[in-house]
Amino acid sequence: MPNKDTIVDVPTVNKIARLCRLDIPEVNKESLTNDLNNILGFVAQLDEVDTSNVEPLASVTGHKLPLRSDDVNDGNIEDLVLKNAPESSSGFFVVPKVIE
Amino acid sequence: MSELLDLNLVEASEALKNKKISSLELTKAYLKSISDTSSLGAYLEIVEDKAISMAKESDKKLIDGTARPLEGIPIGIKDMFCTKDIKTTASSKILENFIPTYESTVTQNLWNDGAVILGKLSCDEFAMGSSNETAAKGNVINPWLKNKKMSPGGSSGGSAAAVAARSALAATGTDTGGSIRQPAAFCGITGLKPTYGRCSRWGIVAFSSSLDQAGPLTRTVSDAALMLNSMAGYDQKDSTSANLKMPDLMDYLDKGIKGKKIGIPKEYTQDGISEDIVKFYEKSIHWLKDEGAEIIPVSLPHTKYALPTYYIIAPAEASSNLARYDGVRYGARHEASSLDEMYELTRGNGFGDEVKRRIMIGTYVLSSGYYDAYYLKAQKVRRLIKEDFENVYKKVDYILTPSTPTTSFELGEKQDPLTMYLNDIFTVPASLAGLPGISLPVGLDNSGLPIGIQLIANSFDEPGLISTARILEKSAGFNFIADGAAK
Repeated sequence: MPNKDTIVDVPTVNKIARLCRLDIPEVNKESLTNDLNNILGFVAQLDEVDTSNVEPLASVTGHKLPLRSDDVNDGNIEDLVLKNAPESSSGFFVVPKVIE
Repeated sequence: MSELLDLNLVEASEALKNKKISSLELTKAYLKSISDTSSLGAYLEIVEDKAISMAKESDKKLIDGTARPLEGIPIGIKDMFCTKDIKTTASSKILENFIPTYESTVTQNLWNDGAVILGKLSCDEFAMGSSNETAAKGNVINPWLKNKKMSPGGSSGGSAAAVAARSALAATGTDTGGSIRQPAAFCGITGLKPTYGRCSRWGIVAFSSSLDQAGPLTRTVSDAALMLNSMAGYDQKDSTSANLKMPDLMDYLDKGIKGKKIGIPKEYTQDGISEDIVKFYEKSIHWLKDEGAEIIPVSLPHTKYALPTYYIIAPAEASSNLARYDGVRYGARHEASSLDEMYELTRGNGFGDEVKRRIMIGTYVLSSGYYDAYYLKAQKVRRLIKEDFENVYKKVDYILTPSTPTTSFELGEKQDPLTMYLNDIFTVPASLAGLPGISLPVGLDNSGLPIGIQLIANSFDEPGLISTARILEKSAGFNFIADGAAK
């Protein structure tokens, strides 16, 4: 992990915000950058831990994930699926135009 | 009214089955409580008509002898659980008008067992917070020290406040890093986070999928046992659900703890923990010893790394889970001329500051070039934390710790995100290891605020956790009621 004081700067914050499609108003960027640096500085203490022979742990259950049969099925609940959509038409979700 | 509110869940259930009271009068008493304590802000949605009709249905079953385990018991549901046809917002602006078309497995289990829904309870936005202050519609107020506006804790702050204020006989919560146990401690009630996999996550708004677990918030340990009996169970719809039958927890209430070994981890008595909590922690150790338990000092050497590990893993999973809020399929949409701009404005306007911080951190630690240094590193340390517990459980049956380093604080007092994160220092390790933990009230500090003590058991040993917690509960004899509770 990099030096804890300047882990992220405003251009990096812009890049992260773009990756997660999050609009951050210009006035909030400085304080958000500070917060992120504080948090990333705090988690950087994991560097002290020797993990050279340790396997990562993704799940605590220990059980193998069950498989289901791969049935193609639309559930027959089109109305319910679309019920909470901000905009829908003829059984489709509607989004702003993507092709010029 | 007061006599009805005095009954805890187990007592109310007895009274209902013996026809001393009806579910309708009990439910009405709680609906009145909700309105009497509305200034606490615990409820986001009250479903009076549905509560009344469910109570009437329960009364029929109580009369015709087909009563189920929670028949006629009025409860509140944390707003993280999807409830069919009842608004479910996860305390977020982005879901402010979301009405699920399906029911979560845990709440369905409760209705199948006869429970009556009172309404939906506030929480931190997407369960991200430890004070209930990140809720889009404002914080909940702890019913203790009502003149001071204390935090109920979080994220299940509405659930804990409602149970403590007697505006719900019991409530559901979810716990990712302490979100059941910490608010239970702050509000002087019992909160149980089961083993990861005990309760289905299906239909619960996802925050951090490898950590999220549902559990009950109740007045007593027996009440928690009765609630969890109904909430838990294998569910095909959750791939991490444990296919293991949980024994009837009510059979384990009075098993005692003679000969059981209780581990006292040296890492949990650090600087910064309040003196009153240390005092009651020591008392709790003595109480268990007096009841025949053997007290054994133990060490969980990676404890100090639990919080930094959590604040990589939980945001990483959150950033992925919350990608679904894109203004297309459900939730709020901010209109814009292009698709990308629509996504960015929808999410920028729909999420609060803490949620944004966590999405940003999560995106960063998962991004190309940083994945190994942060996310993979945290997953490795997570294994070491789990192994610490595995080693200790070779020597002891249960681990006793304080639930929180301090009692409740005033709303608005903690502004810095990192200071807020430190609230969960004693609850996060068990979450990372997937272990069951319970917080129960054992006393009051010098300002009159409740103190919680936590017991942690090995995986799937909820029965033993209940037996041990019952002993601690009896010894502590905590019978205080919040000054802001309904009378």
